[in-house]
Amino acid sequence: MDYLLTEEQTMLQDLARQITEERIKPIRAQLDEEEIFPTEIIKDLAQADLCGVIIPEEYGGLGLGAMENCLVGEALATGCVGVATTFGASLLGSYPLLYYGTDAQKSRYLPRLAKGEALAAFCLTEPQAGSDAGAILTTAVKDGDSYVLNGTKQWITNAGEAEIYTVIALTDPAKGARGASALLVEKGDPGISFGKKEQKMGIRASVTREVILEDCRIPKDRLLSKEGMGFIITMKTLDMARPGVGASAVGLAQAALDEAAAFAKERQQFGTPIFSFQAVQHLLANMATKLEAARALVYSVARFIDTKPKDFSKASAMAKVFATDMAMEVTVDAVQVMGGHGYMREYPVEKMMRDAKILQIFEGTNQIMRNVIGLALNKEYSKKK
Amino acid sequence: MKIVVCIKQVPETQDVRLDPVTHTLKREGIKSIINPFDLYALEEGLRVKESQGGTVTVLTMGPPQAEEALREALGLGADAAVLLSDRAFAGADTWATALTLAKAVEKLGGADLIFTGKQAIDGDTAQVGPMMASIMNISLASWARKVSFNTAGKAEVERLLDHGYDAVEVDLPALISVTKEINEPRLPSFKAKLKAKKEPIPVWGLADLGLNAAEVGLAGSFTQVVKVFPPPARGTSETWEGSPQDLAARLWQRLQEMT
Repeated sequence: MDYLLTEEQTMLQDLARQITEERIKPIRAQLDEEEIFPTEIIKDLAQADLCGVIIPEEYGGLGLGAMENCLVGEALATGCVGVATTFGASLLGSYPLLYYGTDAQKSRYLPRLAKGEALAAFCLTEPQAGSDAGAILTTAVKDGDSYVLNGTKQWITNAGEAEIYTVIALTDPAKGARGASALLVEKGDPGISFGKKEQKMGIRASVTREVILEDCRIPKDRLLSKEGMGFIITMKTLDMARPGVGASAVGLAQAALDEAAAFAKERQQFGTPIFSFQAVQHLLANMATKLEAARALVYSVARFIDTKPKDFSKASAMAKVFATDMAMEVTVDAVQVMGGHGYMREYPVEKMMRDAKILQIFEGTNQIMRNVIGLALNKEYSKKK
Repeated sequence: MKIVVCIKQVPETQDVRLDPVTHTLKREGIKSIINPFDLYALEEGLRVKESQGGTVTVLTMGPPQAEEALREALGLGADAAVLLSDRAFAGADTWATALTLAKAVEKLGGADLIFTGKQAIDGDTAQVGPMMASIMNISLASWARKVSFNTAGKAEVERLLDHGYDAVEVDLPALISVTKEINEPRLPSFKAKLKAKKEPIPVWGLADLGLNAAEVGLAGSFTQVVKVFPPPARGTSETWEGSPQDLAARLWQRLQEMT
């Protein structure tokens, strides 16, 4: 399919693909097996200017949009979703700063993020607050020129590796979700520490830990926007990030299809390559069709976001839910096409199937995505009456 | 520091095909890449520039499409590039190539350092760099695995040999040919690639270099390839799998059978 990419977009895609081929694929099995954080790959991405795709040029980035970002994420995910997640989680932690930061806040952090010298992390989830994000308990209490934070954030991607943490905390607990604010915490601040590295089913190159805030004192100019804006910032951040998760899903599914199809060409049974069997062809045909539909949706949504619409929650959730459900199905089918070989760790598709599952869970479960879409539809059809 | 890096565009395949009539390399239908050793030469040039200051200019001699290789080099961070292309240059042997490149360096106003790869993966002669140094009458250090500079302004070069290395000190200007052990070539950056796309690349021909047609290309070549043939196939090989202990025992048994 020709998605009418610009010359610049094609160059960016080629560069991300080159890094994936040369630097990610040769070591992805080892990163997964030994749960190694991809420090060197992040350096490679930084050197290629890919850490700053969406960061404005005045802060050292490329100043490009959601579409370019999706192209890079997709390319990385064809190599390893653990790496793509590390990359994507840093963006997730950067969006609040990009959209709500003051010039001073941006100047302090964005150039380092663009150069890949620092990673960011987004800290929302807590032990009792997953899908019910409004149930967070972490507090940020104003004390003179400071805020003092207390609470525990759970399953935070890049925790311990990132330099910059965007923390959603209650500045006015009495107001509940309306009393939440977004604050920037640095790794070196007093009172921030990290829990043990979580042991995950997939995306094992990425790191997931608790972020523990105990009387963590930060200067008051670390507040993003105004007090009480925490959940508005959170929603906008997730709306921005979700097509990126969809792009990871597309990259992952493409890689799984490529592996399965190549295997089906080679593998002989009953005296002929299994590709010649209609049963196998139908599996592959369904995989390829769903994949292309998901890619078309993700690209369309990314391009829509780049037109700077006021509200794109529904479109963003659609891109995430459709592409990630597709990636789960396609990776399961890739293992099926490859049979016993697909189940073995010697082949990359078993990792792809393990990696796919988290895409349906994080950055809003696919059930929550349907809530978001349903809510938007309800609004739309109420207006039409 | 004025640095020049000479690169060659070569066919990507290891399976080089030859024209049975002219005995030159067949390039049709094969993707071209920068000779892998030359990427190390470029990387070393960029590193010297970063540590010592200066500029890196990339040179190549070849058909018009060799411009792609130069754009790729610009995308990796080279400051400027010049393509040496002229019908008269066609069919050049290593000497005629070296002479043409040497003249181009002269036209650039000379260089403090010239880096080349130790050899090209198509012709595999390893002669062009050394011949350039000879023509230009400058120092030569081939097969470099490390380059540094001392306070006397000389280059200290470790030359990779079969059993160890040679440490030499050379006056500048010098030509240094490099091995893959010298560094890890960088990835291109998006910003440099964007810039590279727009950068004008001058093309210099025979007249620009002040050469005459008898000195270059086939006419200026001392050597001509008379016959090229693929090496004879090696004997059959076997692949064994098993534990180190089992494999050792099996190997020992086989060796005893052979003697």
